[in-house]
Amino acid sequence: MQYWIIQTLNSLALGGLLFLLAAGFSLIFGLMRIANLMHGALYMLGAYVGISVLKVVPNLWLAALIGGLLVAAFGGLIERFILRALAGNTLGQVLVTLGISFIIADSCLVVWGGDPIPVPAPVALQRPLVLGGVAFPTYRMVVLGIAIAAAIALHLLMDRTRLGAMIRAGVDDMQMARAVGIPVSRLFTIVFCLGAGLAGAGGIIGGPIMSAYPGLDADMLPLALIVVMLGGVGSLLGAFVGSFLIGAVYTFGTALLPDLAYVILFLPMIFVIAFRPRGLFGRQSA
Amino acid sequence: MRPVSWIVLALALAGFPWLAGEYYVNLASQIFIAAIFAASLNLLVGYGGLPSLGHASWVGLAAYASAWMSLKLGLGHGITAPLALLATTLVACAFGWVALRATGLGFLMITLALSQVLWGTAYRWVSVTDGDNGLRGLTRPAPFGLGLDGATPFYFFALAITVAAIAMMAMFVASPFGAALRGTRDQPRRMSALGHDVGRVRWVTYVYSGFWGAVSGLLFVYYNKYIHPASLSITASAEGLLGVIAGGSGTLAGPIVGAAIIVLLKNYASAYIERWNMLMGFVFVFIVLFMPEGVVPGVRRLWLRLKARWRPG
Repeated sequence: MQYWIIQTLNSLALGGLLFLLAAGFSLIFGLMRIANLMHGALYMLGAYVGISVLKVVPNLWLAALIGGLLVAAFGGLIERFILRALAGNTLGQVLVTLGISFIIADSCLVVWGGDPIPVPAPVALQRPLVLGGVAFPTYRMVVLGIAIAAAIALHLLMDRTRLGAMIRAGVDDMQMARAVGIPVSRLFTIVFCLGAGLAGAGGIIGGPIMSAYPGLDADMLPLALIVVMLGGVGSLLGAFVGSFLIGAVYTFGTALLPDLAYVILFLPMIFVIAFRPRGLFGRQSA
Repeated sequence: MRPVSWIVLALALAGFPWLAGEYYVNLASQIFIAAIFAASLNLLVGYGGLPSLGHASWVGLAAYASAWMSLKLGLGHGITAPLALLATTLVACAFGWVALRATGLGFLMITLALSQVLWGTAYRWVSVTDGDNGLRGLTRPAPFGLGLDGATPFYFFALAITVAAIAMMAMFVASPFGAALRGTRDQPRRMSALGHDVGRVRWVTYVYSGFWGAVSGLLFVYYNKYIHPASLSITASAEGLLGVIAGGSGTLAGPIVGAAIIVLLKNYASAYIERWNMLMGFVFVFIVLFMPEGVVPGVRRLWLRLKARWRPG
């Protein structure tokens, strides 16, 4: 009983982290048609920057905020000065993000070293919550709560604000959006910063669960890709459902069949791609 | 190229082991292996317009299959080589069916995800792959009783296979099927309207390219006598793609030149600095920003311009 509760919470927490990662990836892809292959690296960068911030300000939430903002600014610079120079050359943009992800990953190795760095959970959340003789790991529930809050906030942003309406217009028909005077290129920067910031903050929030280690980027990127292919590009709901699905498949797969967890991981993706290439909730095919 | 240039090239390749030291002969063998890899990837990227970021799968699968069969089953190279090629090609058939549900960036993301799955499996399925230790204690084959353990015999073995592979790929591209492939790259709808089965053309190309990737994987494992999950990593796939793009995609010579540049850069860079990944990242950004067409078309354009300047009028 205890074991399964922990596994379930693990899967939900991982799903939440994946949502923070995949929501930005999906929005960037949906609006800009860029498969941002440095998204995993931004997540890792966030985790490492957060560790350095934690040394100065010993507060995880503040570190997540500062780290998220720094990574968002970094993403904005990349978008403004490199991706912008390659407008229209989609493959070039993707390759540049891949090259930058190598640079980020190797720089992290230089700056923070090769050993995994653990991130302590906030002291108040370290003790498990005991209810009816069963212990619930508190921090994982908080991570789940943060992800749900982020999902609601993003949904409200996209659905209820002027900015969200403009982004949706850009996703649906960019040329028409430009024609009616929506500043699509400014939206690009905003969405890219937003996605990078979410990934960076996710890296720190995920720190107490996953810690920070070289190769974190290569572990997270394919998970984000699978989530987005599964849920459908440009769809928040798809990213949400896909994240928790993949979080569950990955966690239970690792627990039950550790050798082949990675193979099980891609079964749902194959299934969805085979029968519905645009993903569960996607309106456009990738 | 004119016949004279071909003869010079053939003589240079044949005489190279007697002119250069062992280090350079081994370096040349590595270039051959990388050249087959990049040329096979180029069938997809350059001629099919299908950017794959998972091509290292075929190197890794063929290498692991061959290594596993010879280590754990004790089979000889005469059996493991065709079986490894067959197994890898069959996986390529299945992966191709999945990945080609999408084109463009979707295709890129699916190939990347699928290859990451293989990479993760190679790390975690310790009972088969020995995980992070990799499979070691392998041997090189001895075709027709000729041992390949020296640098020079292996050089000629790799050279022969490379020439055959490049020739087969050149024939593939020059054939009517190759023309149809370029048609599906440029005008998929028109090709479809003309009665070509676009999906099948792409799938056959995917499998064919996977097969030659597997051939380079066999050479790779013979050369190193060792295989590690890193050979399946996104870095390995990206190196191949960088070779294709640096050399010039959609040309026959481009990926060969590109692969040579990458191998040389990697060898020289790793002699002086440890940061190959960072350097590769910068090369990626540089090539895409400043030399998007690649070295071979770029140099050819410069050459034509120079020629035009030399001839007055």
